[in-house]
Amino acid sequence: MTTFDAIAAIAATAAIDARGLCRRYGRRWALVDVTFRVAPGTSVMLAGRNGSGKSTLLRVLAAAIRPDRGSATVLGHDLGREREEVRRSIALLSHASYLHEALTAMENLRIAARFLERKTGRDALLPLLAEVELDARADDAVSTFSAGMRKRLALARTLLQEGSVVLLDEPYGELDPPGFRLVDRLFGTFKARGATVLMATHLLDRGAALCDEGLVLEGGRLRWHGPARELPEQGGLDPATLPEGAR
Amino acid sequence: MKQLAAALYKEWLLQSRALAQLLAVLVFGATALLLFSFAVGPNYELLRAIAPGFLWLALLLSSTLTLAESFQAEMEHRALEGQILLPANPAALYYAKALANWAQLTLLGIALVPLMVALYDAQLPRPLALAGIIALGTAGLSAPGTLYAAMTHQARSRQTLLPLLLFPLVVPVLIAAVKATSLLMLGDPMSQIGSWALLLITFDAIHWSLCGLLFGRVVED
Amino acid sequence: MAVSDRLNPGAGYALMVVGALLLAVGSYIGLFVAPSESYMGDVYRILYVHVPTAWNALLAFTFAFGSAVAFLIRGDFKWDARHEAGAEMGVVLAGLLCCQGSIWAKPTWGVWWDWDPRLTTTAVMFFAFVGILALRRFVEDPVKRATWSAVATIIAYVDVPIVYFSVRWWNSLHQMQSSPETVSAPFLIPLRTNAFGILFLMAGLITLRTRLARMRLAQEMAPPLPEVAS
Repeated sequence: MTTFDAIAAIAATAAIDARGLCRRYGRRWALVDVTFRVAPGTSVMLAGRNGSGKSTLLRVLAAAIRPDRGSATVLGHDLGREREEVRRSIALLSHASYLHEALTAMENLRIAARFLERKTGRDALLPLLAEVELDARADDAVSTFSAGMRKRLALARTLLQEGSVVLLDEPYGELDPPGFRLVDRLFGTFKARGATVLMATHLLDRGAALCDEGLVLEGGRLRWHGPARELPEQGGLDPATLPEGAR
Repeated sequence: MKQLAAALYKEWLLQSRALAQLLAVLVFGATALLLFSFAVGPNYELLRAIAPGFLWLALLLSSTLTLAESFQAEMEHRALEGQILLPANPAALYYAKALANWAQLTLLGIALVPLMVALYDAQLPRPLALAGIIALGTAGLSAPGTLYAAMTHQARSRQTLLPLLLFPLVVPVLIAAVKATSLLMLGDPMSQIGSWALLLITFDAIHWSLCGLLFGRVVED
Repeated sequence: MAVSDRLNPGAGYALMVVGALLLAVGSYIGLFVAPSESYMGDVYRILYVHVPTAWNALLAFTFAFGSAVAFLIRGDFKWDARHEAGAEMGVVLAGLLCCQGSIWAKPTWGVWWDWDPRLTTTAVMFFAFVGILALRRFVEDPVKRATWSAVATIIAYVDVPIVYFSVRWWNSLHQMQSSPETVSAPFLIPLRTNAFGILFLMAGLITLRTRLARMRLAQEMAPPLPEVAS
C-alpha cells in the first residue's frame, strides 16, 4: 500500500472530517477556519466560552445550517452535496427542544418515529421514555413539563434517532444531579452502539472523564485539539471565568 | 408516501389540540361578516347582491389568522427544523400543512354560510355546489398562503408581510370564487359557472404543484 | 474594492443618456408633430408614453423573473442583484403606468379607473412586487433574502396570466371599454422612438442599480475575517 493509499484509507474512514469551516451571522464570524478530524467511535468533548461557536459548529455538522466557507464530510458524505445522507447519519440534541408544546411526550416521540419510519407502537416507544425516566408522564402535554423534563424528552428523541454520529449541545443544561447521571448513562449507551459522539459542554471535569478527545473553540477558531483528560489544564480555558458548576 | 402520512398524523394531532383557535377564527369571520353588513345598511337588494363578495372577503381576512397560526407550533421550539433534520421530506411537510389549512378554511367557509343567509337574506338553491366552490377557493388561498406563512414567520413585521404578499397573488381566486358564488346564489342563466370553476381548478393545480416544489428551498438554510 | 472596479458605471450612464435623448425626440414628435387623432383629439397623445411604458414594465418584470430563476438554479448572487434591480424598475414603471391610465381615463370616460384588464393586472403586479420588495427589506440574512424573494417572484410572475384572464372575464360581463391598443402607421414613429427611449433608460437604470446591489452584497457577504488573537 503506498503512502497515498494509506492517507486515502485514513481519510475515508474519518467519522467527521472538517476543513476550513467558516460561518457568519451578519457581519460577525461565528466560526473561522475550523479544521479537525474525528475517527469513528471516538467521543469528543467540545469546550469554549459562551459565544465561542460551539453550537454553530454542531449545527453546521448536523447540516442544519450551511457553512459560508470550507467543507466537511460526515461518514464520507459531503456536507454540501449530500445533506440528506448526512442528516440520516446524525442525531442532534440542540438548544431548542424541537418539541410541540401542545402534544404529549408520547405523541412527540411517535411523530419523530413515523418520520424515521420506525415502529410507533406504545410498547416500542415507552422503553425510551423509561430510559429518561419520563414513562410516568408519557401522556402529559409538554406544556406541563419543567425545563429539565423537556431536556429529558429531547434526549429520548435523540436516542430514538439511532444516529451513527451523535451531536450533543450542552446536554447537562437544565438538569438536576440525577439528570447528570442520566446523561452519563446515555453517553455510555451511545458509545456502546459504536457511535461517534461530539459533546459541547461547560462541565470540563465531567466531560474529560467521559470523552476520549477534546476540542477548544475560542472566538470561532479551533484553539486546541488533544486528549480529553488534558483539556482542563491545557485547553486554555481559565476556570475562574467559566459558569457555576463547570469545575 | 409514508412521509406524507407521518406529516398528516402530526397535523391531525396539532389541529385536535387547537380547537380553541379554530373557534376564535370562526368568531373573527362571523364578526367580519357582521361588520361588513353595517357598511351597506338594511338595503336587502344590495345585501343579497353583495353577499358573495363579503363572504369571500371574510374568508380572505380569516385566512391570514389561520395561516400565520399554522406555523406557530412549529417555530416555538424549532420543531420544523427538528423534523427536517430527522430527515423528513420537506414536500411532505408542506402538503400536510397546506391540507390542514385548507380543511380549516373550508370548514370556516361552510360555517359562515348560515350566518350569511341570515344577515344578507341570501338564497341557497345549490348548497352542495356552493360547498364545492368554497373548497376550490380556499384551496387557492391555502397553497400559496402556507408557503408565505413559512417565510414570513421568521421575518420581522410578519403580521403585515403575510397579507401584503398573499393578497395580490390570490386576486384570481377572489374574482372567480365571488363570481361563482354569485352565480350559484343569484342564478346562472348562461351556465358560466363551469368556466369560473375551471379557473379555480387551474389556479389550484398550478399553485399546489409550484409551491410544493419551492417549499424545500424556503425552509433550507 | 474589487467588485466596483469590475462594474463600470460608464455603460449605465451612457445607456441613460441615449435613452433620455430618444425619449425627448419621441415625445417632441408625439406632442407637437404628429397629427390629432380623429376620434380622441389630443388626449390620445399620452399613448406615446403609455404603450412604451407598458412594454417596458412587462420587460422589467420578465427580467426580474428570469434573474430569480437563474439565482435559484445557479446560486450566483449577481442574479440576486439583477433580480432586485429588475423588480424595483418594474414597480416604478407599473406605478407610472397606473398613473398614466388614470390620466387617460378621466377625460375619456369621466372616471379615474376603468377596470381595463391590462391596467388592472398591472395594478395587481405593482402590489405583488411591492410586497416582494418589502420582504427583501425585512429579511436580514442575505441568503434567505435572495432565496425567498426569488421564490416569491416566480410565484407572482406565474400568476400574471391567470390574473389577466380572470380580470378580462370578469370585465367582459360588464361590457367596459378598454384602453385603445391598435395604433395605425403614421403614429408608429414616435411610438417606437419612445419605446426604445424608455428601454435604454430602463436598461441604464437597471445596470446602475445592479451595480449598487452587487456592491452592497459584496460588503454584506464577505466582511473581513477577524485577525488571529495572539
